[in-house]
Order: sequence, then structure tokens, then C-alpha cells
Amino acid sequence: MEIHEYQAKELLNDFGVLTPSGGLAYSPEQAVYRAKEIGGDKWVVKAQIHSGARGKAGGIKVCSNDDEIWNAADELLGKKLITHQTGPQGKVVHRLYVEAGTDIQREIYLGIVLDRAEERVAVVASGEGGMEIEEIAREKPESIIRVSVEPAVGMQPYQARQIAFKLGLEKGQISQMVTTILGCYRAMRDLDGTMVEINPLVLTGDGRVLALDAKMSFDDNALFRRPNIAELRDKSQEDPREMRASDRGLSYVGLDGNIGCIINGAGLAMASLDMIKHAGGEPANFLDIGGGASPERVAKAFNLVLEDEKVETMLVNIFAGINRCDWVAEGVVQAVKSIDLKIPLVVRLSGTNVEKGKQILADSGLDIIMADTLREAANKAVDAWKKHTGK
Amino acid sequence: MAILIDQNTKVIVQGFTGQIGTFHAEDMMKYGTNIVGGVTPGKGGTTHLGKPVFNTVEDAVEATGAEASICFVPPPFAADSLMEAADARLKYCVAIPDGIPSHDMIRVKRYMKRFRKEEKMILTGPNCAGTISPGKAMLGIMPGHIYKEGNVGVVGRSGTLGYEAADQMRDLGIGVSTSVGIGGDPINGSSFRDMFELFEQDDETDVVLMIGEIGGPQEAEAAKFAKENMKKPIIGYIAGLTAPKGRRMGHAGAIISAFGESAAEKVEILEECGVTVSPSPSDIGDTVAKVLAKL
Repeated sequence: MEIHEYQAKELLNDFGVLTPSGGLAYSPEQAVYRAKEIGGDKWVVKAQIHSGARGKAGGIKVCSNDDEIWNAADELLGKKLITHQTGPQGKVVHRLYVEAGTDIQREIYLGIVLDRAEERVAVVASGEGGMEIEEIAREKPESIIRVSVEPAVGMQPYQARQIAFKLGLEKGQISQMVTTILGCYRAMRDLDGTMVEINPLVLTGDGRVLALDAKMSFDDNALFRRPNIAELRDKSQEDPREMRASDRGLSYVGLDGNIGCIINGAGLAMASLDMIKHAGGEPANFLDIGGGASPERVAKAFNLVLEDEKVETMLVNIFAGINRCDWVAEGVVQAVKSIDLKIPLVVRLSGTNVEKGKQILADSGLDIIMADTLREAANKAVDAWKKHTGK
Repeated sequence: MAILIDQNTKVIVQGFTGQIGTFHAEDMMKYGTNIVGGVTPGKGGTTHLGKPVFNTVEDAVEATGAEASICFVPPPFAADSLMEAADARLKYCVAIPDGIPSHDMIRVKRYMKRFRKEEKMILTGPNCAGTISPGKAMLGIMPGHIYKEGNVGVVGRSGTLGYEAADQMRDLGIGVSTSVGIGGDPINGSSFRDMFELFEQDDETDVVLMIGEIGGPQEAEAAKFAKENMKKPIIGYIAGLTAPKGRRMGHAGAIISAFGESAAEKVEILEECGVTVSPSPSDIGDTVAKVLAKL
């Protein structure tokens, strides 16, 4: 799960990480009021969306008076921001964060990540802050400092000091930097984070270490024990179909093609999409209906996939283990009858009770194209799509 | 003797008396797995499915001489059960649950390092379909009937894609020595490489099939290991050619977040290491057959 910058900053403050003073605004009037509360003569109005690279997309505006703040807020609220992380559909701004302007002397990158190769938490830093980490890795790989944390004892102060000294900080800033790094690490560990990214972490003209931006992601599997994190979820930032799918216990990812897919198991689902591509088609979605494919679940999956108007053909591919094919087949028949499907449907069943399942489909009187193998299913789906659309 | 399990392996079920544990324990017993009991805290001293129930893994091991376990404990409590299994000096544990927090798995992995090599439990999973040595024993939730006995060692992340591969091979008359699911999570008990080491030493395995997917470094690491250390040929397939970067494709671990984690990049690394890569998921059986024909 992802959260907004302002939420991440609030959480990190509790772990001793300092940030510029700021406040949340839902309207231009509120933005101006926040600036008054903060004081000073320079402010930044920041669009709160679940994405990095907001600056390049025009989501961050530096202002020096009330009118500028009002206009910036008015322009940003309700606007769709498109970054390379949001995809072409973009994300709509509903909240703004108004923050005191900062006198930046130096920009540093700080990231806490789950290192899958080492199976532990790693802390990554670079003196080349402001750039994205992928960019730093490509252009200045020698600037990257990496420290691996022993899980039994957690991160130690000496490890944070190593990073601070390697970054070439001055004496008065070392202890501030150590507090910041250890704070980010503890936030990651104590809140079941999967990533904490401070980019940039800045050194100010008056010698302070401040987190100017903050991004945090959390382990969905651990939200059951982090109710205070779970309630930070902002559904307006999620793809509506993916959100509805996850609320129904289905795993869905929207793609750009036109062959809608319902498959059991994540691996088989990915493989089926690959096979559609091999057959010359384009999948419209990834959808894993999981282990218990009851008729209700199959019906929900159909409805969900068909909400995507691009879908012009359906492919169902089930390899039944715990599921039984006859059970899945009943679900398909019920779903198709209840929604009055007007596009071609290809079904491939395999595994437990496959013959019974095929019989149910055949006896249903519905116009279902049957396939025996994965290859046949993909080929038939692409052929049916071509015939149906004349493409 | 295949790897990890055979018909003689004494197995206990953690989370024995729950609905899921009961369903699959019955199925495994039908398949021929030597289940000697189970563990459900608070139900020790009772009998379930004709087998004794114990309060702790330690009690179960002492009373039955169990060597392996399969864990159906719900995800919030599963890490604790896995550490309990390791501490009881079981040789092998299959973790089925999907949804164990990553930080819990980091702790489990670190905890297991405290044991000397000869006392250290092998853990596979979590978020997997389990392990099967066809005709001998099944520690998992897979449909056992689709696996034929044979000489192909299989290791994969996904359950149903593993079934697909086993089914394609069976249609071609090809069987499996042992099939191991290492699961779809980012932090898992054993890696592809760990299983490669076991298959290389197994007399009943002639070739190894690796069914990988996007995300993480394990497929590439295993391929490099095979190139330097293995005589047995490796066949590979990587699912997720169409997966967009940064999106999670069902499995918690199936996400492209770094260079070298996409399907195309992994295929390239595998081929450089001499792995025979199946051109599509429908060609896995045929690709294995071709490699077997050259032996």
C-alpha cells in the first residue's frame, strides 16, 4: 500500500526525522490560510498524489505571496497529473500540502529497501539527490553507498555514521544525519514498510538536515497488525477496477489490450497473457481468481473484466487443483446467462473433473468456444477476436 | 530417492485440525504420504483423522519421530510456527500460507541461520502449492494425479503453472522425480539455486526444469550457479512477458522493480548461462522432451 507525502512525513516525524513545517489544504482559501500559519515569505504548494516525479509534471509550485498560493492551489486541485509512474491515465489531485520554502545547500538521496537477494533490509544513500535512484544507478553508480542491516539486532548507529561520513557531511550535521537515517530505518521496521524513500534529503543554509520529500510503501500482508497505517489508504488514488477487485478478493491488473482474461493462479495467469501475445493478440487484463473458484466468484470476475469497454473477447483458463472443473463450469454458465454476454468466449478447463466440466459447458446451450490446451485457448481467443471485430 | 520427501518420510501437519489442514491432510494420506500426526495448540492428546494431535511440534517429534511438516497455520501466526518447526529440528518444512508479512519472513530466515548445517531445516514456500515426489509422497495441495513418476526435477514459483507444466509433460510420457514449489513471495525459504543443489546430487533426476517469473534475482542467480557447478541440463521458462514495470502481478514477489527483473532480461541471462529456455508456456513439455532426447 502507498501513502501520500504528507502522511509519510507525519509518520517519520514520530521517528525523529525533521521536515519543513507544513499543512494540508483542500481548497485555495485553506492553502492561503496554511501559508499564514507557517509564516515566512516563501512557500511550496505540492500536489498530493501517489507518484514520484511530481515536479516534472507541474505538481509542485513555489510561491511568494497569497495570490500565487491561491492560484497554484486553484490550478492543481482537481487536475490530473501524468507522470511516468502514474501511466497515461494519470492521477487526480484532491489534496495539497503547503510547506515552508527551504534554503537548499545540498541534496542527498536516502532509501530504505527490502533487499531480496540478501533477504534483509538495506539502506541506500547517494550524494546525488534530486535525481531518481534508477538515474543515479545509471549515471553515477560510484556515488551509491549501501549498508545491509543484520535482522537480529537491527541497524546500528555506526552504520548510519558510516553513511554520514561517506556523504562528506560536516561535523555539526553528522548526528542529525544519523538520527534521520536511524529514524527512517525504524519507521520501516516498526510499521512493516517495504520502502522508505527521502529524495531529496537536504542540508539547509542554516545547517539543518530536512526531509524535503518522503515516500513510503507498506506490506499489504501486514496491514492486519497496522490499523493506523491501513486507515491512511486513499482509494481515490487507486485504479477503480483494481480497487473493486481487491475488495472482492480478486487480483486484477488492467492492461491495454482487448482480450479479457479470467485465470486461476498468478503464474498461470502471467503465462496465459504471454501466450495471447505469442498468438498475435493483446490481453486486456491480468486476473487471478485464486483457489476457490465458486460460481459467485466466477460471476464477479466476469462483471469486473467486462467493465473494461475495450474488452472484445473473453478467455477463461482454469487448471483445477483444489477447484473442480465442474464447479468452475457451473460458475461460467451461471455468469454468462446472467450477464447476456455479447462477445466471444473461449474456455479452457484442465485438471480435476475436467470431463464433467466440459459436459456442463456443452449441455448449457451457450455459444462457448472450447479449448483443450493453453496454446489452443490463446489461438482460438485471438481468432475469435479477429472474426468478431473484423480486424 | 527423489529429493526432500519419499514414502518413508514421517510427516506432521501444523494447523492439523483446521478446515484447510483437515481437507489437505486427508488428500495427502490418500496419496500415500506417511502422516504420523499433527499439531494444534490446545488440542494435544486428542485424535484427528485417526492420528494423534499434539500441542507443540517438539511433543510431536518426540512421540512420532516426525522428520517433516506441512504448515497450514494462518499467515499472521505462520512465521512463529515455522520457527517452532526449525527449533524442533525437523529436516524439512513446506509452508503453504499466502500472506505472511515480509518482515516476518526476514526474521524466520535469520532465525534459521542459528542452526548448524546438519541440524538446519530446509524450508520451501511460503505461498506455494507444496512438494511432490510422484508415486511416493505429496506434501502439498496439488492434484497429485497429474504428476507421472520420472526423471525431471521441477522447481517453480507458481502452483497452477507448475500443474500446466506437469500436465504437458505427462501428455508426452515424461515424468517427474520431485516437483518443488518455492512460492510467489519476495522472501522465501529456499531459492531456485538451493533446489538446484539438491537435484544435482539426486540419482533419480536427470534434468531440471525451472519455472520462474518476473521480479527478484533468484532465477538469474540459479542459472549462474548451474553454469559453474552443474552437470545436469537445465530447462527454463519465465512467466510475465507482458507484465508492466512496477505492477504487482498477483504474487507478492512478482513485480519488476530493478534492472534484470523483467521476463525478457531474465531469459537473456538464462540463455547466456546455457539454460534451454522454452519459447512459450505451451512449449515447456516439448522443450523438456528435446533436452531429454539429447541425453
